[in-house]
Amino acid sequence: MTSKFATLALGLAVGLAGVGLGASGASAQATLNNVKQKGFLQCGANTGLAGFGVPDAQGNWTGFDVDYCRAIAAAIFGDPTKVRFTPLAAKDRFTALQSGEVDVLIRNTTVTMSRDTTLGLDFPAVNYYDGQGFMVRKKLGVASAKELNGASVCTQQGTTTELNLADYFRGNNMKYEVVAFATSDETFKAYDTGRCDAFTTDASGLYAERLRASAPDDHIVLPEIISKEPLGPGVRQGDPQWADLVRWTHNALLIAEELGVTKANVDQMLKSDNPEVKRLLGVEGSFGESIGLTKDWVVRMVKGVGNYGEIFERNVGEGSRLKIKRGLNALWNKGGLQFAAPIR
Amino acid sequence: MSSIARAPQPAKASFVNDPKVRGIVYQIVLVAVIVGLVWMAASNAIENLRAAKIASGFGFLNSTSGFDVSQTLIPYSATSTYGAAFIVGLLNTLLVAAIGVVLATFLGFLIGIARLSSNWIVARVATAYVELIRNLPLLLQLLFWYIAVLRSLPEPRNSLGVGTSVFLNNRGLYIPRPVFAPDAWIVLAAFALGVVAAIGYAVRAHRRQAATGQQSPVISASIGFVVGLPLLAWAVLALVAANPISFDLPIKGTFNLRGGLQVFPELVALTLGLVIYTAAFIAEIVRAGILAVSKGQTEAAHALGIKPGHTLRLVVIPQAMRVIIPPLTSQYLNLTKNSSLAVVIGYPDLVQVFMGTVLNQTGQAIECVAMTMAVYLTISIATASFMNWYNARKALVER
Repeated sequence: MTSKFATLALGLAVGLAGVGLGASGASAQATLNNVKQKGFLQCGANTGLAGFGVPDAQGNWTGFDVDYCRAIAAAIFGDPTKVRFTPLAAKDRFTALQSGEVDVLIRNTTVTMSRDTTLGLDFPAVNYYDGQGFMVRKKLGVASAKELNGASVCTQQGTTTELNLADYFRGNNMKYEVVAFATSDETFKAYDTGRCDAFTTDASGLYAERLRASAPDDHIVLPEIISKEPLGPGVRQGDPQWADLVRWTHNALLIAEELGVTKANVDQMLKSDNPEVKRLLGVEGSFGESIGLTKDWVVRMVKGVGNYGEIFERNVGEGSRLKIKRGLNALWNKGGLQFAAPIR
Repeated sequence: MSSIARAPQPAKASFVNDPKVRGIVYQIVLVAVIVGLVWMAASNAIENLRAAKIASGFGFLNSTSGFDVSQTLIPYSATSTYGAAFIVGLLNTLLVAAIGVVLATFLGFLIGIARLSSNWIVARVATAYVELIRNLPLLLQLLFWYIAVLRSLPEPRNSLGVGTSVFLNNRGLYIPRPVFAPDAWIVLAAFALGVVAAIGYAVRAHRRQAATGQQSPVISASIGFVVGLPLLAWAVLALVAANPISFDLPIKGTFNLRGGLQVFPELVALTLGLVIYTAAFIAEIVRAGILAVSKGQTEAAHALGIKPGHTLRLVVIPQAMRVIIPPLTSQYLNLTKNSSLAVVIGYPDLVQVFMGTVLNQTGQAIECVAMTMAVYLTISIATASFMNWYNARKALVER
């Protein structure tokens, strides 16, 4: 009797899961059409990371990743507000994308080989080059991550952070105690309460979370960066048109910065004689149409959210509360890694 | 003389109308439909996973996990497999469930009996406890206990010390950890022997009392067997050979204490929350069970001159157990399943480790969810079967 129930329960679970995936499998081929039909973009966002994706008291989302969602919405609809956000904890994010709950995942997600190859996902671009760091209380007197032998470390589970942490301490032959939480909120609260000596996440996240500490000045970020964290938007595998759209959204935002096309001057730039600007803004050629959009897709994006540099400065740059330097994320011709393939 | 007229045989009923045959056919059809549905669902899921290029199968259990877990009851490190991580989570769930069930039963009985106390203050305090605790969501209580535990304890550098080897701080409780030498099995064997001897003595004492009415000092004798025998073995070994059991004492390190046995605050908070919450429900079940026993039983016991304590223990509770056990089983199952709320306070139980980190790292949601469900189902069915067996033993035997 009981074993029959067990089989039935398992079967039902597998069946429901199968049905869910089946529905998404069918629509995966035409995410763009689906989005156009719905009239909005469903974007997988962070549950709350200052500067990257965070809702305010009125439910308005702002942040670097959020602006990428808005840029895609602007490219498709000409309206950056046609986005709905699904806040996702790190451990839930891939399942949400796989099952079709969100159209695109832009949630400071590290691109790794296993994520790209075994999860049924694709990562068409890297919009933020990051690395993992540590934050500790100043009064511990620690100046380097190498001195953390024996420490308790708070981290968010289901992240590359959790794995790098294990690698780093194993590689340096140091002991530690890991305390893992489901959301960044719970993780940081536990650190702030004193459960852990150190808090670890991507360096960008450290600066963002420090703002939430009960006394931000009591904490310092250690100089070591222990990993490479290329963060980028993720899409479902098997819809090349949609992956192209996301990739070229990122490239176009970079090229706009490179050519000096900004939110303020985009209308004058339409009259520019520079052939590169003409192609970017759709005055010449029909590159937008090749990804299922209109010729003026970049004009719509830049009018909506600005170019890459503007998005960076507004949300996380020196002018924002996070005060992060461009560093690796400067354009290639300014000493950084952001290098876009040309539009031609 | 005359032959007895045979009753006319009823015409053989049509095969189609035979209720027995019909019943069998219906059952076969039902089973076929269920099997068909399950098969369809499973093949559909496999097909879709393949189409979406998502890895499937249970091969991932043999891959290296690459992440660490704080509380592990078996040796586990980042170089262990996902399968080992599954066992780690499973054991942590069983640990908190086992501790929780035992403590919640004690506390529940205590509060339940206290609610019926003739002492006004005791009864009111017990009532207040039940009404307050069972009306607040468990999740809220867990967070409260976690934050309360963390905030009220000092940081490691200012640990509260009891003697020189027991420390308490916001990283947990540190106690000396026994280190067993190869000879230590003799001490453990002596302990096992002591337990067996104590049980044997108790059974004999019970028979003797039933036969002659004479009582034996069961409690002191049991303590003597269970504690005395291993201590004796230890002392003898220490004298003739080497000390079989030494202790690894916690000492202060740069950040935390090193060495010793560490009880994590997550475990304490989770156990505390589950026990206090479940005990409120058990208390009500116990109260209902006791009230279900006719007052005449108590009066009769008093009339025979049996002391109130003995009346409760020997007359009322045994009869109340028949009413208490079935709903008590449900509470045990609830406690076990509620332990999965550990995920919010960072206790590495099965859901946190396996459905959290492992599922995310491997992306194999169906396999992970199915395995986790199978585990909870197995634990629950095992608990329920045991309680049903116990209930059958305690139930009124009708002659």
